[in-house]
Amino acid sequence: MALNVAEVAPETVRQAPTRRRRAGGPGARRPVLAHTFLVLLVLYFALPLWWLVVGSTKNINGLFAGSGGPLWFDDEFHLFDNVAQLFTQGGGLYWRWLGNSFLYAFSGGIGATVLSILAGYGFAKYRFRGRNLLFAAVLGSVMVPMTALVIPTFMLLAQMELTNTIWAVILPSLLSPFGVYLMRVYTQEAVPDELLDAARVDGAGDLRTFFNVALPLLRPAIVTVLLLSTVATWNNYFLPLAVLSDTRLLPVTVGLGQWQAQSQSGAAGSQLWNLVVTGALISIIPLIISFLSLQKYWQGGLSLGSLK
Amino acid sequence: MSQTLSVEGAAPPARPTTPAPRRRNAPGGVARARQRFGWLFVAPFLVVFVTFLIVPLVYAFWMSLHTKTLALGERFTGFDNYAQAFSDPQFLQGVGFVIRFSLVLIPVQMLVSLAVALVLDALTDRLAKFARLMIFVPYAIPVVIGAMMWGFLYSPRFGPMADIFGLVGLDAPVMLSPDNVFAGLLNVVTWQWAGYYMIIIYAALRGIDPSIYEAARIDGATNTQIALRIKVPMISSALVLILVFALIGTLQFFTEPQILRSVAAGSIDAAFTPNLYAFTLAFSYSQFNYASAISFALGVVVFAGSYLFLFLTRKKSGLS
Repeated sequence: MALNVAEVAPETVRQAPTRRRRAGGPGARRPVLAHTFLVLLVLYFALPLWWLVVGSTKNINGLFAGSGGPLWFDDEFHLFDNVAQLFTQGGGLYWRWLGNSFLYAFSGGIGATVLSILAGYGFAKYRFRGRNLLFAAVLGSVMVPMTALVIPTFMLLAQMELTNTIWAVILPSLLSPFGVYLMRVYTQEAVPDELLDAARVDGAGDLRTFFNVALPLLRPAIVTVLLLSTVATWNNYFLPLAVLSDTRLLPVTVGLGQWQAQSQSGAAGSQLWNLVVTGALISIIPLIISFLSLQKYWQGGLSLGSLK
Repeated sequence: MSQTLSVEGAAPPARPTTPAPRRRNAPGGVARARQRFGWLFVAPFLVVFVTFLIVPLVYAFWMSLHTKTLALGERFTGFDNYAQAFSDPQFLQGVGFVIRFSLVLIPVQMLVSLAVALVLDALTDRLAKFARLMIFVPYAIPVVIGAMMWGFLYSPRFGPMADIFGLVGLDAPVMLSPDNVFAGLLNVVTWQWAGYYMIIIYAALRGIDPSIYEAARIDGATNTQIALRIKVPMISSALVLILVFALIGTLQFFTEPQILRSVAAGSIDAAFTPNLYAFTLAFSYSQFNYASAISFALGVVVFAGSYLFLFLTRKKSGLS
């Protein structure tokens, strides 16, 4: 923690007083210490993002030796130039990466969610043979480190001749034991057996009962699992790094990683620092928006996993 | 990846619940036929589960028991690859690093997230709400981008470190030099994950019945006493859970060192962590058999370690 504070400290000298005054409403004497602590933390956690926002308005020269320093804007404003250059660099490669990320994240996320809903419902509401054993296996798999699976998955995909195709990323992303667990727990609580029995008495088959009675009750959990699995796929780095070699198939995380490595080792002409910074900023905007707008869902989901 | 893990601490007690009574009421034949529909619902997931979890694991184990050479082709060599791994100084160096890293990282991360959660739980104003979101935001950012941003911030060429340390009259440390790379990575990981752990602890704190605090206050307890003697013990299961996530995550350490490698000239080598080593062996040297052995060994160690830890803490602290 000492390390964190040290990095942030100079910032707070400027900002802390205004914050404190605003919080100092009626009877707010005591939390001054707590508020100072929070402001310091906010500055620390926001520092890299602030740098990214500022950095995206600079060209390469500005990044190295801008008039405003690393944490403030320069006299020149190059954000739009950078965005324009993202369209021309490699024939708009960046936007292709971003599109790939959307494709992988949504197909992997939606697929994983559908499988989780079905399996969670099956585990929660049916007492078929081998259910407990199977569910124990699913739970145990949650502790298998996913990175340990990457290399064997790569070898397997190579034998199926699927490496370097979009399927190499999408198919393994369908696996979400946590989603199954979450859906099972939620289904048990949100879908009463009596309701299902009543539907059956009325002559609805098992599938109809599921679609018309159970599914609407599961909506909050569905949004949670969808958000978490989509984001997990979007953020995945090891798997696409291992299974893809065609630059045009990369998701934005791996693509930017390549540009960064290239800029570091390359000669002045091949340096793309301004694109790495602007590209990184653009790529995190959809994530931040979806997390902020779907707050109540993921907060519920995270605590469900830990409290239950 | 990490949210995947939140299950375990909690899972076992949730198992036997609803369906038992219904079955007793239902007439045997029809009911049993209907229960088979359960398989239908589980089947699609099961296909993926077997294809992308069971088969890769078995395949990795099989690969790890074989060795491929130009002269002899692929042949069975038993546990030779494992014997080689555990006498391979590069592998052992990586293992040593992740263990040392976990020993420092986990306490730091838990203290930070616990302290923040306790403060946020005690305050209800707008600043607290805003702080909660801001501290969580790094979790929504891909690890790759997080590592890159810190790589920029650390850079002596275009980072602000010189300015920040200059203000207090110090020379900026080179955060990715061999001496400082440990602290440099510690900071990146704490920044990325503390908010996520904070939210889990915060949710657990919110779940405590506030009448307990009132009772304590009547008995003359101070706020600090309430925090340390009531709140912390009551959320111990959430803390155990976080410890396990952090452990599993750290032992798999890969993305941050991989990204920062290109920036940290020489401080991070190809065997910096076991995962990085396995990746390099597989994709730079095509030693898939040996890489499989390392992956599989890592997987077994993480799995067994977290299982054992949960088992022990459950018995000891009477967690449900």
